[in-house]
Amino acid sequence: MVEAQNSSTLESARAGGPPPVGSTTSGAIAVAGESTVATRMSAPPSFDVADFPVPHGREEEWRFTPLERLRGLHDGTAVASGEGVKVDVQAPDGVTVEAVGRDDARLGRAGTPVDRVAAQAYSAFEKASVVTVPKETVLTEPIRIAVHGEGGTAFGQQVIELGAFAEAVVVIDHTGDAVLAANIDYVLGDGARLTVVSVQDWDDKAVHVAQHNALIGRDASFKSVVVTFGGDVVRLHPRVTYAGPGGEAEMFGLYFTDAGQHQEHRLLVTHNVPHCTSNVVYKGALQGDDAHAVWIGDVLIEAAAEGTDTYEMNRNLVLTDGARVDSVPNLEIETGEIVGAGHASATGRFDDEQLFYLMARGIAEHEARRLVVRGFFAELVQQIGVADIEERLLAKIEEELEASVA
Amino acid sequence: MATLEIRDLHVTVEADNATKEILKGVDLTVKQGETHAIMGPNGSGKSTLAYSLAGHPKYTITAGTVTLDGEDVLEMSVDERARAGVFLAMQYPVEVPGVSVSNFLRTSATAVRGEAPKLRTWVKEVKEAMERLNMDSSFAERNVNEGFSGGEKKRHEILQLELLRPKIAILDETDSGLDVDALRIVSEGVNRVRETGEVGTLLITHYTRILRYIKPDHVHVFAGGRIVESGGAELADKLENEGYEAYTKGGASE
Repeated sequence: MVEAQNSSTLESARAGGPPPVGSTTSGAIAVAGESTVATRMSAPPSFDVADFPVPHGREEEWRFTPLERLRGLHDGTAVASGEGVKVDVQAPDGVTVEAVGRDDARLGRAGTPVDRVAAQAYSAFEKASVVTVPKETVLTEPIRIAVHGEGGTAFGQQVIELGAFAEAVVVIDHTGDAVLAANIDYVLGDGARLTVVSVQDWDDKAVHVAQHNALIGRDASFKSVVVTFGGDVVRLHPRVTYAGPGGEAEMFGLYFTDAGQHQEHRLLVTHNVPHCTSNVVYKGALQGDDAHAVWIGDVLIEAAAEGTDTYEMNRNLVLTDGARVDSVPNLEIETGEIVGAGHASATGRFDDEQLFYLMARGIAEHEARRLVVRGFFAELVQQIGVADIEERLLAKIEEELEASVA
Repeated sequence: MATLEIRDLHVTVEADNATKEILKGVDLTVKQGETHAIMGPNGSGKSTLAYSLAGHPKYTITAGTVTLDGEDVLEMSVDERARAGVFLAMQYPVEVPGVSVSNFLRTSATAVRGEAPKLRTWVKEVKEAMERLNMDSSFAERNVNEGFSGGEKKRHEILQLELLRPKIAILDETDSGLDVDALRIVSEGVNRVRETGEVGTLLITHYTRILRYIKPDHVHVFAGGRIVESGGAELADKLENEGYEAYTKGGASE
């Protein structure tokens, strides 16, 4: 029984009002037929950067990205600086943290680079970091990975592996100024539970391109929270596949895109085994000239993946003129024997009429904006489950709003 | 006693790259405890008067004064007017995604009253006010006006009127689009607020129907951007029988 509900809409918050300038929302559901997810990529996945042509910007996977601002990550001209990007891993007792060479068998299991920058990162890293939580180990404190840039260029390879029935929360915190291309693999053993919070709180000039691959074991559950505030260009590619039935993936994202920033989140959930679930919710607020947010949400339900239940949603709140949103959900279904599949995308605008309505009830302008933005993000902030990150996020939202009033 | 005084108010709006004068010298005094019905044909400028008093940025005041107890209303920002005691129940209330009714009402009441209402009494106050307007309690968790029916939007406006207790309430075509049951419920809400004697009401309407439920002390006929005739409740009866024709002939109305 297919319950493919294509609820993709372009809705303006004000009934009858115009959509935000430059906003596009389109959605597609393909049933069987040719795989659009696979054919949209200009080259097959590979660990070798030489297998990818240098993108020119018109390829489907690059068409939204300002290549000229990638600081050479896409064309081989970016060179690791050797210093200027520091990585600090703080792990509770029982967790092993290792730096390994590229011949280590634990690398590259959760996914293969799908574009040239990810392959560049894989081809160029010197040491990979492997963080292992042994089986049945339940951590009570998060593992914290601090990535701090001091103007350097780096290529990263990170593996986070949970043994069977292990439970962990990992916070990866990106700050400072860097040019960084990275791959992160999350490998979840059977019945493991992993929550990862990746915070992109970069300074204004940073460029960050990364592919996140999760391989979810039988009956394991994976929760990814991606929080993007900073940077000149941030382009993340979170992907999920399942190693056995019963796996659950929750993927939440928040972004606050300011003037001149390009923040791009491209997700792919591949339902390749039966009886797995996925739930994707990304929300973004935009303000200022040339703020550009891109959200691509691909879900592929392969023929073998009977009993799949999936939903993906993207919501954008445009606070000022001059911002642009591209939101493209895409659902591809190769079997009818699923529990449910749907997607939705909507871009609304906080406009003068809403502001007038709230102010006409005595609410001051800055308070009105705060009310709307906090309300918009509230349900996602509550999902994070890491108190200090939630507080920091709320403070960050306040800070962004103060900047917009000023 | 709170008094809203409108003197020789002229208002323009920008439309199609041209400046158009909509209000052409409005004079009106509304005192606390009084109810004034403003009636007129479509396009006469009734809603422009309502939005101009609330401070909508689309409208430009070119001449005249508006004072509330001697304070210059036109100098105030939109939120300052609301806090000073001017309330506009809108004809087309605006959807505000992401903001729940309960959060909105509390933020608004905090702003207008100058301090956050005590939580326990506030919850009770809202619950009772919603019950009186036949609003289900689940309403509080919905986003402001999002997906509301026409009748729900109007009841939500009157709920705010009851909770914010303004000095001057401007009801802009609150009756439009309501069936008889909803009209009665909304009118009862307005009457509860009027019976406190603490609000001056400016009831803007196209139809006389609502005046069966809300009895005005004064009726004004609005045409061509100004008040062209004033009288008591009997004037509404005349309009009911004769329509606006007598006022629209001769190009007084756009």
